[in-house]
Amino acid sequence: MTNISFTVNGQPRTVTVAPWVSLLDALREHLHLTGTKKGCDHGQCGACTVLCEDKRILSCLTLAVMKNGRSITTIEGIADGEKLHPLQQAFIDHDAFQCGYCTPGQLCSAIGMLHEGKARTREEVKELMSGNLCRCGANVGIIDAIMQVKETYSHE
Amino acid sequence: MNNFTYTTAGSITAALQHTKRHPQAMYIAGGTNLLDLWKYNLLHPQTLVDLNGVPGYHTIEAKEGGGLQLGALVTNAATAYHPLIEQRYPLLSKAILAGASAQIRNMATNGGNLLQRTRCYYYYDGDVPCNKREPGTGCSAIKGYNRIHAILGASEHCIAVFPSDMCVALAALEAVVQITGQQGKRSIPFADFHRLPGNAPEKDNALQAGDIITSIDLPAKEFAHHYSYLKLRDRHSYAFALVSVATALELEGNEIKEARIALGGVAHKPWRIPEAEQLLQGKPATAESFAQAADKLLEGAQGYPHNQFKIELAKKAIIRNGLMALHPETQLPGAQPSA
Repeated sequence: MTNISFTVNGQPRTVTVAPWVSLLDALREHLHLTGTKKGCDHGQCGACTVLCEDKRILSCLTLAVMKNGRSITTIEGIADGEKLHPLQQAFIDHDAFQCGYCTPGQLCSAIGMLHEGKARTREEVKELMSGNLCRCGANVGIIDAIMQVKETYSHE
Repeated sequence: MNNFTYTTAGSITAALQHTKRHPQAMYIAGGTNLLDLWKYNLLHPQTLVDLNGVPGYHTIEAKEGGGLQLGALVTNAATAYHPLIEQRYPLLSKAILAGASAQIRNMATNGGNLLQRTRCYYYYDGDVPCNKREPGTGCSAIKGYNRIHAILGASEHCIAVFPSDMCVALAALEAVVQITGQQGKRSIPFADFHRLPGNAPEKDNALQAGDIITSIDLPAKEFAHHYSYLKLRDRHSYAFALVSVATALELEGNEIKEARIALGGVAHKPWRIPEAEQLLQGKPATAESFAQAADKLLEGAQGYPHNQFKIELAKKAIIRNGLMALHPETQLPGAQPSA
């Protein structure tokens, strides 16, 4: 077992895990942050997307021990207290989910994408969000929501 | 899925010492393919040696006399969006961005991209024969559903294809792979790095036990003006190529001075035939010229019941991508064809 100390949603946290425990399982099972979802557990669906120092990564294909000393943001950490993140509000406004299982991953991925600043057109947003699947078929709403926020959102 | 121990290496020397003492150890960098294969019970590392903390391999540097050195630990995303790559080697940037998803590109490293295993469904299915997974058991793909499989350079033992997009561009650009192993340093030209399956399909490349890729070097020739990466696949995005083409041209007016063409999704390695490129020298950059090159590249192509279509698809893709390379700015996101 290994002790890992890292920052999760701005708070210093320490967990004791076996080396083969994924970051996803460490977040869900050890820190009880169950907002991050386990979909395929193979990097194909994007439901487990979290941010590591502003970069979107797949927590299912990351070993927790490899993130010792790093800073992780999950869906639980994106709102400002009771005030929703602009993307969360936009998802509600645009009916951008049905079952909601992919939504935490979609939101973290979209935040990462806006931070990257590479998507200019709707086509580019679709391309750069292709690592997040929505089996309910809310994709049109998801892209609409992101496009709305993209116009106004500037990441500092 | 087996348990394993984990250790970090602070230097190449320390990493090499570890694998010398523990031959069952494996290196990990991005881990996106390794951990996936471990979860499918296809890889069984006893120890993972984390290379991410080894200093000196996290940057992209200009080399004296032209060319760039891509550190093996730089992520695929950082490489694709690096100003020196975007401006000087845009073919490489386009090819990287056509592969995987944004999340995976943020994790996967340049060294690891070269070492991906095939996505042949039968390799991933531990219950059926596969010579790549268990040498001597047979190939399930030859008589199975072989839609995604090879049309060039395959053998009776394996018809799997190598899945990387990045490597197709690296082949066209004639990159050189820098390696440090138990016997010291050596370089391997890209064309010799990956291998055809022959009678040893379990071996994907020229690496020896313990070898570490330290960098991938790009030669001075950049092809920054006329290039295109075209990727044809079953989904619009986030799918492996059925056929992909990297084309780089040096033009004088409409006359081709030099051409490079590499294919992905068709063989056990990025497919390049220098004779096909020589055919284009001094020719006008037209569909007719690219068709001649395509015929040479696809000489000896052999389809199987479910991938016969790839031969004609590859020919049309080579022609189309040759014309797209004349106007790279028209390429759509995700290496889709221009409208």
